[in-house]
Amino acid sequence: MDISVIISKLMEGMLVSVQIFTVTLIFSLPLGLLISFGRMAKSRALRTVVQGYISIMRGTPLMLQLMVVYFGPYYLFGLQIGNSYRLWATFIGFVINYAAYFAEIYRSGIQSMPAGQYEAAKLLGYSRPQTFVKIIMPQAIKRILPSVTNEVITLVKDTSLAFTLGVMEMFTNAKALAASQASLMPFVAAGIFYYVFNLIVAVVMDYAEKKLSYYQ
Amino acid sequence: MNLLEMNHVQKSFDGLSVIRDISLQVGDGEIVSIIGPSGSGKSTLLRCATMLETMDSGELIYLGEKAAWNSDQGKTVYAPKQELKRIRQNYGLVFQNFNLFPHYSVMKNITDAPLTVQKRNKDEVFQTARELLRKMGLEDKADAYPCQLSGGQCQRVAIARALALNPKILFFDEPTSALDPELTGEVLKVIKSLADLHIAMVIVTHEMAFARDISDRVIFMADGVIVEQGTPAEVFASENERTQSFLGRYGAMLK
Repeated sequence: MDISVIISKLMEGMLVSVQIFTVTLIFSLPLGLLISFGRMAKSRALRTVVQGYISIMRGTPLMLQLMVVYFGPYYLFGLQIGNSYRLWATFIGFVINYAAYFAEIYRSGIQSMPAGQYEAAKLLGYSRPQTFVKIIMPQAIKRILPSVTNEVITLVKDTSLAFTLGVMEMFTNAKALAASQASLMPFVAAGIFYYVFNLIVAVVMDYAEKKLSYYQ
Repeated sequence: MNLLEMNHVQKSFDGLSVIRDISLQVGDGEIVSIIGPSGSGKSTLLRCATMLETMDSGELIYLGEKAAWNSDQGKTVYAPKQELKRIRQNYGLVFQNFNLFPHYSVMKNITDAPLTVQKRNKDEVFQTARELLRKMGLEDKADAYPCQLSGGQCQRVAIARALALNPKILFFDEPTSALDPELTGEVLKVIKSLADLHIAMVIVTHEMAFARDISDRVIFMADGVIVEQGTPAEVFASENERTQSFLGRYGAMLK
């Protein structure tokens, strides 16, 4: 089997990896914001629940969480799980895990805003939602961008964990190829794929940071 | 009718009494300076007046409209949210450390609240903003960002931002304390130039000469109470022991 076959197989897997990556970001970024609101809520009960959730998501391996999401419906409710549920379970597992991390990043950004910004906004008559959307959020985004970049880069590499559920993403394919060929080449190629993927992420995020550097 | 009326205001933090029974009235177009040693409760009084801090007890009235009053138990009750929102339109506040929005240009800092909060006409708001910038000597800084300005320029933008909402009364919380002497002068000059706008001003300041020159009335505060008040001439020539000991140094300088 020559290199072009390896690459086409990996490309197939890459599409699935990109899918996991995209779906995770699209849903966990806004969900994380909701969770961070819960984490900073006035209600003590809500705060405690959200804190527990974040604690579990951060304190246990993502691989384990994926398995729970995948097998849970069967063991807990006796539901039959079809083959198509593999990818769905992957999406769900990634989204709820990453949302917890993003929530903490958002919280760090929001809480680092000086009280004076809220006070000025209040004096100028902005409502609380207006204050958040117009004044706090844009500045918080600038502050948290480096942490978000870190998290997104980790996500690219974490997509390989979907192999635990037998999802045919890039790493699963690389592993299968390496086994059938008794060769290291597929892993090297996969490594290069991940690296290039992250290089693109880094360039995009760097551009975003530069875009926001017009003020301090 | 008084623009602002505060009656028997009390405020303590963690059991430490910061304001003890202060009453204060500000009339139309009146310029009032509040002086006194650090920790005397001047800034807290201003924060209570602007509702950044809630009073423990006492009344707060703007243009005859009650923003806060005492319940039967003697605790302060505030008016419903919508009413407070309307009452807040009467006043503006200039902060010690400006609190400009760093991600907005100078022009947007000034025009955003009139446009989005007061929903005023765009052309009118921008024209007002340009006039204000001219008055502040900043007509060439409309597109600059706060981080590109000096502290004095930032404070002048903050003043323009507050004025753009057409307040009837403008509070200043030590507007020059974060500035070096050179920049202090330019900001004080701008504040003086506002006197002919006929907006009432309440200024907490450590600039004694400034307070003497600009004020209709000077209030001397110490230990959470108003020790005395009167025209600048009266207060600065006061025989009161507490006033004299505070003004001692300044008094000698001003003679």
